[in-house]
Amino acid sequence: MLYKVQYTLLLPLLAWIFIHSAQNINAQNQGRVISFSQIDSLLHNTDDTLYVLNFWATWCKPCVEELPIFEEINAKYKNQSVKVLLISLDFIQDKEKILIPFIKKKDIQSEIVLLKAENPNEWIDKVDSEWSGALPATLLINNQKKIRKFFEKQFKHEELQDIITQLLKSEL
Amino acid sequence: MKKLWFFSLLLCCLTCAHIYAADGLKVGDIAADFSLKNVDGSMISLKDYSSSKGIILIFTCNHCPFSKAYEDRIIQINKMYAEKGFPVIAINPNDEVSVPEDSYDNMKIRAKEKGFVFPYIQDATQQIAKTYGATRTPHVYVLKNNSGVFSIAYIGAIDDNHSDAENVKEKYLANAIESLMQNKPASPDFTKAIGCSIKWKK
Repeated sequence: MLYKVQYTLLLPLLAWIFIHSAQNINAQNQGRVISFSQIDSLLHNTDDTLYVLNFWATWCKPCVEELPIFEEINAKYKNQSVKVLLISLDFIQDKEKILIPFIKKKDIQSEIVLLKAENPNEWIDKVDSEWSGALPATLLINNQKKIRKFFEKQFKHEELQDIITQLLKSEL
Repeated sequence: MKKLWFFSLLLCCLTCAHIYAADGLKVGDIAADFSLKNVDGSMISLKDYSSSKGIILIFTCNHCPFSKAYEDRIIQINKMYAEKGFPVIAINPNDEVSVPEDSYDNMKIRAKEKGFVFPYIQDATQQIAKTYGATRTPHVYVLKNNSGVFSIAYIGAIDDNHSDAENVKEKYLANAIESLMQNKPASPDFTKAIGCSIKWKK
């Protein structure tokens, strides 16, 4: 009986520790600095995954306004082959002062990377030739399914969800 | 007769395609003139620059961190090239309802703080930004004066490094102006940069 009580207490405790340590690992990785070559390899990835790549910055008002939409997509398709990646174009020197506190305050669960944006003129067209460079911008890509949709705009509520639903439907 | 129909149809398609593709001005196009209010209250037009070799028209604003990062460089470029015949005109296209920091009154304050010696004009209707096809701040258009007619000679970025002026490798704008001063076309004449989207009226 005593053992049983201990187990019933211990299991949730272990689960709690496990979940929180997992979250902490995730939190530590949030905002890691990457170079464009890492984005480029995603753009050429042939996994059967729909990548939702959103280019944004903490100081970009329309970007911040549409973040909850990406968070919803991230949560909704957690167990499916949809990957949300929020690519920040904040200044590298502002990482600890602005980006990390922002991620913590908003408790953002989608993966966030900080792009070391050297010479954008050389890589903006690689994301999409239609992109002028203005933020926000979003690319939906699944090379295996030959899906590539680019948007240089702020999404309205439901709009991105509808597009993704359509894309996933057409995959079947 | 059938042939004629086919050609008129083809012509229609081509015209439509052209209109569709005409998303603002391109390099080589005639620059659209304007008459917009400067921070000192005066009206500024291309006509006022008939004796210049060209104009460096920069869509920029107060609030955008990319614009702020380039303010000192814009001041430097004007210092370097105004006396060589290529003065700067800064133009703010943002809707002041969406971004109060970019209002006309705040433009006056910013111009004074930074000591702008070039015009800082407000595109209050956003018509000039739309006509030129500007999408972000900063977004540069270099105009070349061909005996009183201004045409677009360069569109794009100031340089390749917004966050660190010390580590710029490609001075796209300065290189374009240097070429134009030697009567050569800018090369490249079109570049891209990351910037804040222009805040359009809702």
